[in-house]
Amino acid sequence: MGMFDPVKGFGVTFSTMFKKVVTEEYPEVKKVTAPRYHGRHQLNRHPDGLEKCVGCELCAWACPADAIFVEGGNNTEEARFSPGERYGADYQINYLRCIGCGLCIEACPTRSLTMTNEYELADDSRQRLIFTKEDLLAPLLPGMEQPPHPMRLGEDEQDYYVNGPRLAREAGVPSGQTVETGAEEALK
Amino acid sequence: MNGNTAELLADDPIWLVLVKVVGIFAFLVVMTLFMINWERKVVARMQQRPGPNRVGPNGWLQSLADGLKLAFKEDIRPVLADKWVYFLAPVISCVPAFLAFSVIPLGGEVSIFGERTALQLVDLPVGVLVVLACSSVGVYGIVLSGWASGSPYPLLGALRSAAQVISYEIAMGLSIVAVVMYSHSMSTADIVSAQSAGWFFWLLPPSFVIYVIAMVGETNRAPFDLPEAESELVGGFHTEYSSLKFALFFLAEYVNMVTVSALATTLFLGGPMAPWPLSAIGGGVLNTGWWPLLWFIAKTLFFLFLFIWLRGTLPRLRYDQFMRLGWKVLVPASLVWIVMVATVRAFKNSGDFETSDFLIVLGIALGVLVLLSLLLPDRRPEQDENAVPVTGGGYPVPPLDLEVPKAPPRRKAVGAQPSGTSTSQGQQPVAVSSKEASDGDV
Repeated sequence: MGMFDPVKGFGVTFSTMFKKVVTEEYPEVKKVTAPRYHGRHQLNRHPDGLEKCVGCELCAWACPADAIFVEGGNNTEEARFSPGERYGADYQINYLRCIGCGLCIEACPTRSLTMTNEYELADDSRQRLIFTKEDLLAPLLPGMEQPPHPMRLGEDEQDYYVNGPRLAREAGVPSGQTVETGAEEALK
Repeated sequence: MNGNTAELLADDPIWLVLVKVVGIFAFLVVMTLFMINWERKVVARMQQRPGPNRVGPNGWLQSLADGLKLAFKEDIRPVLADKWVYFLAPVISCVPAFLAFSVIPLGGEVSIFGERTALQLVDLPVGVLVVLACSSVGVYGIVLSGWASGSPYPLLGALRSAAQVISYEIAMGLSIVAVVMYSHSMSTADIVSAQSAGWFFWLLPPSFVIYVIAMVGETNRAPFDLPEAESELVGGFHTEYSSLKFALFFLAEYVNMVTVSALATTLFLGGPMAPWPLSAIGGGVLNTGWWPLLWFIAKTLFFLFLFIWLRGTLPRLRYDQFMRLGWKVLVPASLVWIVMVATVRAFKNSGDFETSDFLIVLGIALGVLVLLSLLLPDRRPEQDENAVPVTGGGYPVPPLDLEVPKAPPRRKAVGAQPSGTSTSQGQQPVAVSSKEASDGDV
């Protein structure tokens, strides 16, 4: 206890005036998330535009909140949406239920389902918060083509999966552009 | 600033008086709007928040928007309220608040539209008393509002507010006495010109400190805002008020703050005189023309900042602490100080003593006081009759005749019984079987 203790509080408040304000000015200044923030989901594509999702439903089974609905469908020679036999014919994520845990991402065997850093998922309608395949599919990058179409890259399936990105570059994607829709794959 | 301010003001034409009246009114209203915003912003910064930042540039029009909103809200009058007194109370508290500012000297001699005048509405021989009288009349507004609301909480709040204002008015009045003794006048302009040799906060520091504390109590501001503590009570005397009437109380509170700050500036900080290093520039050119208005506003803002700082720092006092501070500390200290000042001045006027003699006598007196205080025995910590003796580890020692209560009969476990058989009344089935047993019979 010193003799200036009763007035020390005045120094505290005065010096605090010149400290940095901790308030986040959210709508005006958007917060930059951590690089692996669990934001909105995304269904990725192969470098030629085919979907990576094979409709296996593992994400739906992994989901603890039962937020994901998947219905698989068969690829045919006339209408091919993904390499291989099956594709996700219907894909829905209910963001009223989703808790953003990321277990679906861990469960996905093809890295089809990943998460973006987009966090503004508020809405005033329950219907609009059920995201369908059109909302979740990654946008078409240069060199990609809207399915259905046959596999464009490689001699066989082995070549398609292993060398797909390199083959896409050779097919004419400029060097500055990415051929991967997933953020982490694009960094490689 | 000079002695003939009253003469200078006497030949003001009527239009000039009106200009000054409107000017002071506008100044006070603008200061209120500014003060509300400034207070919110500064307190916010003291809590690392940005404060209001939505309306207008950097949020500086927030109080204006709030005021407009308040004016358009529904005006509710309680059924039990006394109609006319309820209406008059905010007016009574608002008018004196504005009135008190009329005697404050805002600046020195200036020329307005070719007319030589002083920046002051009137210079009365009893100017300081006018301010005190106005704040006393303002108390009527508080009391009448509480009484006329026809509701117990405003009545209690009003009584407390009035008690507080009146208590601190005494300390405030006493702190002014020393200033009046030094300046030989109650005219505010004369008090300012008496400070050209030295500002009174420097010559009369105890008066200054007492005045500053009393002015916070007088305006019902934090940490002395207990009658209308917004985080604890509904709102004190203005609980039942809404819309424009409430706005008037709000306005009165802030105008009162500005007025007591302006009076503090006038009495202790040399009013509109330039502060020391600036007053030496150019042979006092900064003390002429419109410059003094700037110094006056700057000094007033300093006191207003003090109000905000206090609010951001100190917790609210309890009512008894507050009254003890007012009556047992401020008033006696003020009285002792007045006696000292009067003694010193009387000796000085008699001409037999020099300043050094005073200091010697004062030093001896202080030394004797300190020595006497050392002789006083320390106050012993009071022994509690019912205190429980403790062991070295701090645990209470059980008394030797401690009666250990009899252990209650333990429940008997009935685990082995098959579920479904009826158990006797006093016995509880064990956990596993109870769940099964209760299946279906609830």
